[in-house]
Amino acid sequence: MLLLNRLNLFSRVVLSVSVLSFATLAAQANEEAKPAGAAVDSDMNFRIVTDTKPSIRDDGESTADHSKFEVLQGPFEDGPSVTKACLSCHTEAGRHFMKSIHWTWEYDHPTTGQKLGKKTLINTFCTNAKGNEGMCAQCNAGYGWKDESFDFTNQSNIDCLVCHDRSGGYYKTPNSAGNKACSVMFEGKQPIQWDKVAQSVGLPGRENCGACHFYGGGGDGVKHGDLDSSLKRPDRKLDVHMDAEGLNFACTTCHVTRQHLWAGSRYNVMAHDTEGLGLPGERRDVATCESCHSEAPHPKTELVGIKLNGHVDKIACQTCHIPTIARGGVATKTDWDWRTAGKTKNGEGYKEKEYTQANGEHRATYKSIKGSFKYGENLVPYYDWFDGQMVYTTIETQFDPASGPVEINGFKGDADDGVSRIWPFKRMHTVQPYDKGNNTMVYMHLWGEDDDAYWGNYDFGRAIKAGMERNSIPYSGEYDFVETYSFWPITHMVAPKEDAISCDECHSKQGRLDGLDGFYMPGRDSFSWLDILGYLVLGGALLGVLLHGLLRKLFSKKYPHGEES
Amino acid sequence: MSANGNLNLENANVKKRGGKHYVMIYTRYERFWHWSQALLIFTLFFTGLGLHGTHTMLDFRTAVVIHTYAALVLIVLWVFTTFWNFTTGQWRQYLFKEGVFKVIRFYAYGILVGEPHPYRKGLQRKQNALQSLAYMGFMIFIGPALWASGIVYLTYDLWSGYSWAGTGLMLIAFVHTAAAFIMGAFVIIHVYMTTTGKTPTHYIKTMISGYDNIELTEAEEAYIRETHAVAMKDD
Repeated sequence: MLLLNRLNLFSRVVLSVSVLSFATLAAQANEEAKPAGAAVDSDMNFRIVTDTKPSIRDDGESTADHSKFEVLQGPFEDGPSVTKACLSCHTEAGRHFMKSIHWTWEYDHPTTGQKLGKKTLINTFCTNAKGNEGMCAQCNAGYGWKDESFDFTNQSNIDCLVCHDRSGGYYKTPNSAGNKACSVMFEGKQPIQWDKVAQSVGLPGRENCGACHFYGGGGDGVKHGDLDSSLKRPDRKLDVHMDAEGLNFACTTCHVTRQHLWAGSRYNVMAHDTEGLGLPGERRDVATCESCHSEAPHPKTELVGIKLNGHVDKIACQTCHIPTIARGGVATKTDWDWRTAGKTKNGEGYKEKEYTQANGEHRATYKSIKGSFKYGENLVPYYDWFDGQMVYTTIETQFDPASGPVEINGFKGDADDGVSRIWPFKRMHTVQPYDKGNNTMVYMHLWGEDDDAYWGNYDFGRAIKAGMERNSIPYSGEYDFVETYSFWPITHMVAPKEDAISCDECHSKQGRLDGLDGFYMPGRDSFSWLDILGYLVLGGALLGVLLHGLLRKLFSKKYPHGEES
Repeated sequence: MSANGNLNLENANVKKRGGKHYVMIYTRYERFWHWSQALLIFTLFFTGLGLHGTHTMLDFRTAVVIHTYAALVLIVLWVFTTFWNFTTGQWRQYLFKEGVFKVIRFYAYGILVGEPHPYRKGLQRKQNALQSLAYMGFMIFIGPALWASGIVYLTYDLWSGYSWAGTGLMLIAFVHTAAAFIMGAFVIIHVYMTTTGKTPTHYIKTMISGYDNIELTEAEEAYIRETHAVAMKDD
């Protein structure tokens, strides 16, 4: 225990020293970057990691010290050569991993039958990874996916390090150079020391998963609202499980793994885990709250606890226990308008950074390459009945643009279906291009070294045409903009129990669940005519007795009170 | 003994009026029942209106806790009182009596012009015909509607899994709310009626002390003097 404390102290000292030294280093790098391209935006990189020290994972010492392995002594010239070394011992890991969505970016939905996954999906941020893999697939756990030629059967292409480097010295860059406007992205980065990172492998820390999942949608906290870089070292208030000074959960503490397949799918959510605790062994199939906390987690010996347990059938744990999202100092994007993209100053793209988030960083409210944005922090989520089934608007889905915002990932759920519970979501609102003739979404060709790429020519017509043609999607030739929604189920940033929302937050008029129909909720609902009638009865009774009393008073002078028992 | 026979006997007794005496007509248990019930009903009504969203003077959680515990205590009180009513025979007080319309006429008109109350309170007749009817209605309609729907609501967890649970909850809420409004009106009128005695506070004082000045028949008086079955204060 004492040893552990000392270790902790030691690591904190090292940490603060290294943060300091890194800050100086970063400042130097910035100064160096400025004269090189004064007019060019120096932070095109969507992922600016200032704290590169790894988080501490409290698993205890591993049975293997990888720095002692002969095969890992190097020298390594690149990632694939490290992977080959990994697979020389972990002989089955490659085969296992190739089934993972982190590799395939494909998901065949077992219920809806839809073909999902980043490989093909439309999203409400940069709209599509398809055709833009040179940029987007830097978050694929592989090396070099920049176009159709990528070999998904070559195990050497697996990127072990992005998840398993525990030194903090590994990072990813786009798989292709892109347009010159984007080429400044990774200037000033220290080259990766392959030998060191290869010898520093271990079970993933929060920053390993976070390297992609914190930055989804093109920046810190942009996509989810409950996942951002503040979770690398959160305090108890921000996340009671990941609390760096407390429970210090890694992502895989909940997202349990079996042969490199993780529990906790966003495409097919387990909205209500009725199995609960997996006694006697730990369950390996779900990342649900119930799998640790059971289906009746509140004290059964108290009235309030019993009452709260009675909510579990209809209310997801997250609904009460995540009071707000984006509360770690990092904002999440709530609104994105592509229509304003493409403005230039002196022929160059530019940025306006008019939002300052709680941690002091400035966030872009306008980017020529993307359009206009709005942000939110401490956001009250959007709530709805959710049975776990996401229904996607894919590139093939036809919709009626006149019938309101297109739900890119709509979901199913109903108060009375016996499965659904009320879940919190981050709802993202976007205005993005669509095919006006065919009433479908479009693939945009954003990233590329060619002249068709939007991030270079700022020409929607050309970028859409190229994006559709190159992927053999029928295109009418005419585009317009359509409003879209996307919904991100909220499950991280679980607050300590004392910060769970109070009953009144929902059980009140104009409360959090004001917009949900189809069920009766005390405190919020009433039967309007019964209420009118009821108040009339009460008022009538009151008025009646007052009137009667008044009459008695008036008459009492004329007729003295009769003798009464 | 039929109710009718009883009534005739009482009417006969009225004719043979005896003297007035301060007699304990509401026993200690009745008063305990009445006042604790009053307190619980006020508590339930106030917290219930809060839960209903009529006012926001209490936070929902506090209101739920108070409302639930008060309801449980009231149920226990009612169970015990039902037992008491049957073992003591006091349940007969609530049976239908003739003369309801006379009483209604009295409150609508007679009371204004100084007519005497058509009903005489007696040792075996604590309530007038309208009171008996009202209390009987309270005990077989309003009360059960409230406690039955309330108990079903409290046991929500036992039936929440059924597909009709949502509709069921709504139905319960409807019955409970409707009955609560009627209960509210009942209480308003009931409280007002307490002011219609000799003095505005006479009935309340009676319900606190238990003693009222009532006529006793000679037989009743003799019985009380012999057995001390009922407390009598005046001598």
